[in-house]
Amino acid sequence: MLEIKNLHASVDDKEILKGIDLKVNAGEVHAIMGPNGSGKSTLAEVIAGQEEFEVGEGNIFLEGEDLEELSPEERAHKGVFLSFQYPVEIPGVSVTNFMKTAINESRKAQGLEDMPANEMLKKIREKSEMLEIDRKFLSRSLNEGFSGGEKKRNEIFQMAMMEPKLAILDETDSGLDIDALRIVANGVNKLRSKDNAIIVITHYQRLLEYIVPDFVHVLYNGKIVKSGTKELALELEEKGYDWLKEEAAV
Amino acid sequence: MDLKEKLVSSFMAFEDGLDLDHPVHEERSNAIKNFETKGFPTKKDEAWKYTSLKGLQKIDFSIFPKQETTLEYKDVKKYFLHEIDAYKIVFVDGVYSSYLSETTHDGVDVCLMSSAFSKPMFKQVIEVYFNKAASKDESLTSLNTAFSKEGAYIYIPKNKMPKKPIQILHLATGNEAALMLQPRNLIVAEDNAEVQIIERHQSLTGNEVFTNCVTEIFAGKDAIVDYYKVQNDAPTASLVDNTYISQKNSSVVRVHTFSLGGKLIRNNLNFYQNGERIDSTLKGVTILGDKQHVDHHTLVHHAQPNCESHQDYKGIFGDSSTGVFNGKIIVDKIAQKTDAFQQNNNILLSDKSTINSKPQLEIFADDVKCSHGCTIGQLDEEAMFYLRSRGIPKKEAKALLMYAFANNVLESVRIPELKVRINKIIADKLGVRMGFDL
Ligand SMILES: Nc1ncnc2c1ncn2[C@@H]1O[C@H](COP(=O)(O)OP(=O)(O)O)[C@@H](O)[C@H]1O
Ligand SMILES: [Mg+2]
Repeated sequence: MLEIKNLHASVDDKEILKGIDLKVNAGEVHAIMGPNGSGKSTLAEVIAGQEEFEVGEGNIFLEGEDLEELSPEERAHKGVFLSFQYPVEIPGVSVTNFMKTAINESRKAQGLEDMPANEMLKKIREKSEMLEIDRKFLSRSLNEGFSGGEKKRNEIFQMAMMEPKLAILDETDSGLDIDALRIVANGVNKLRSKDNAIIVITHYQRLLEYIVPDFVHVLYNGKIVKSGTKELALELEEKGYDWLKEEAAV
Repeated sequence: MDLKEKLVSSFMAFEDGLDLDHPVHEERSNAIKNFETKGFPTKKDEAWKYTSLKGLQKIDFSIFPKQETTLEYKDVKKYFLHEIDAYKIVFVDGVYSSYLSETTHDGVDVCLMSSAFSKPMFKQVIEVYFNKAASKDESLTSLNTAFSKEGAYIYIPKNKMPKKPIQILHLATGNEAALMLQPRNLIVAEDNAEVQIIERHQSLTGNEVFTNCVTEIFAGKDAIVDYYKVQNDAPTASLVDNTYISQKNSSVVRVHTFSLGGKLIRNNLNFYQNGERIDSTLKGVTILGDKQHVDHHTLVHHAQPNCESHQDYKGIFGDSSTGVFNGKIIVDKIAQKTDAFQQNNNILLSDKSTINSKPQLEIFADDVKCSHGCTIGQLDEEAMFYLRSRGIPKKEAKALLMYAFANNVLESVRIPELKVRINKIIADKLGVRMGFDL
């Protein structure tokens, strides 16, 4: 599904990603953990095509295709989805209209007609019910005045609507209380299949109890310093990151 | 001969065809004197610092069209809001077109200034209202007053409301190489009357047109007037639009100005609050490209206590376009408890576009709520990435953000079909199709 080889990325001549290798197969869930500032969001945004970052050496392949020349929208059309750590507020565009536009633009890119209005409504209803999102919420301006938790739930609603091949969830758990976490995790799990893959970026083991990863990686200072199975997440929870930092310094 | 001389010397010829004993004629004579003294405003005038009329004065404009032209409805249909049933007052090269118009005298008067000036039944209204709100000092307004002869006349008596909205359309055919037009509109909504009006100036060819328009609007007690200005003219059409609004107790007047096309547009929008509990709303969406220029000069004069005013202007400037927003608010000493709000937000899409935005507050009362704000920025890059990461292409994402930016100005448009039409003009301008109406 996704293969990242020796990826380097920088902003304003400051190198943030310093050679990342990662392989995610279809059907797998990978967790990426690591201290603040280690480059997790940068990695997520570089995969989604954020042009703010300068990609130096290295490549990102999605189903064998090099993404380098593709714009963010083209990556989305190929099935990449990023649930943002900080979703952007867009006053004046309702959640519903935003989703209609996003879905129909993606369909257009695939040579399909607009989704019929009733089908769209049905899908919106279905997915919002799954995530226990109030109807009224959908006619509000996108993310404007949403609480942290509402923004994250809304991101997963969008993911459910877009049905991506590769979903990257950047700290989706922050801002969610335990009930909301369960609802959101449940929503994510429903989207898991043998044909898609999920990368979960988180600080906490808590989310991983609900979305159980096949592999866990630790990103530190722009590099993956350790990889393992879900037990690694537990170990990190117990011991913190300091022992890894020391290990990395050696 | 320069344009000023030409206009002044044409005045005598213009007088020839008029009833010189009519009380209005003295107003015309005084007005031409004022224009002769002051001439066209120049960049030395503070109010015209950013807008130059020099280029226009070099053009050899015809002041009186030589021939009458008839147009087929099908050829100009798109300039009407034809989706709705409406009264229409249509002028072709400044001359009334009965063929394209639909006027009425059924309880309300929706007709022509030329009739109002000449027929005895309108004499009283003309005496009470004509040139009573318009400035006698401002030179271009005087120029219009001097040549005032034709335009829309709308009179809504007490407690009345026309059955449908009214469209005023000024068409220029291009039969003259360069044509100057000076329409004069008078709109009176007496106590508790209500009216919705859409006004548009449209040139049909690439020939030069210069319109110097004056509209006076009077709103009686509890009257409600909605006035929409659709400015989406050809790249060779220039407009100076002077609007003077006089409001009485508890009246509501909302003016929306959509400046989406044309060579040079100058809007002088003046509100005078002559009563209490008045609500004045001024909203504008400006979207420009090429070398277009739009200058919004607004004035709200709060002369009595307990009134409100709401100003919200949004501008998007691409290419080498230039914008000006100058919002003046005067609060007289007795106008306590005034609530005056003014907001002007702008997005510059290119390095070559510019906007000059300036609030001008003159507040003499001490118990008032006055807020104003102005922003100038670029399109939000983070928002762009967010939209694009959801599969919305760059161009569409840009358009969506611009729509969203302009949206709260469109929200208060009370004719849904007009809102759809404005959205469509904006979408066409941006070269995108929108799957929904905001
Ligand atoms: N746009 C940017 N400009 C400058 N520095 C940035 C930018 N984005 C991220 N960084 C820096 O890159 C490093 C990694 O940031 P980030 O990817 O957000 O880390 P994480 O998500 O792991 O907390 C931090 O030191 C951060 O300050
Ligand atoms: Mg982060």
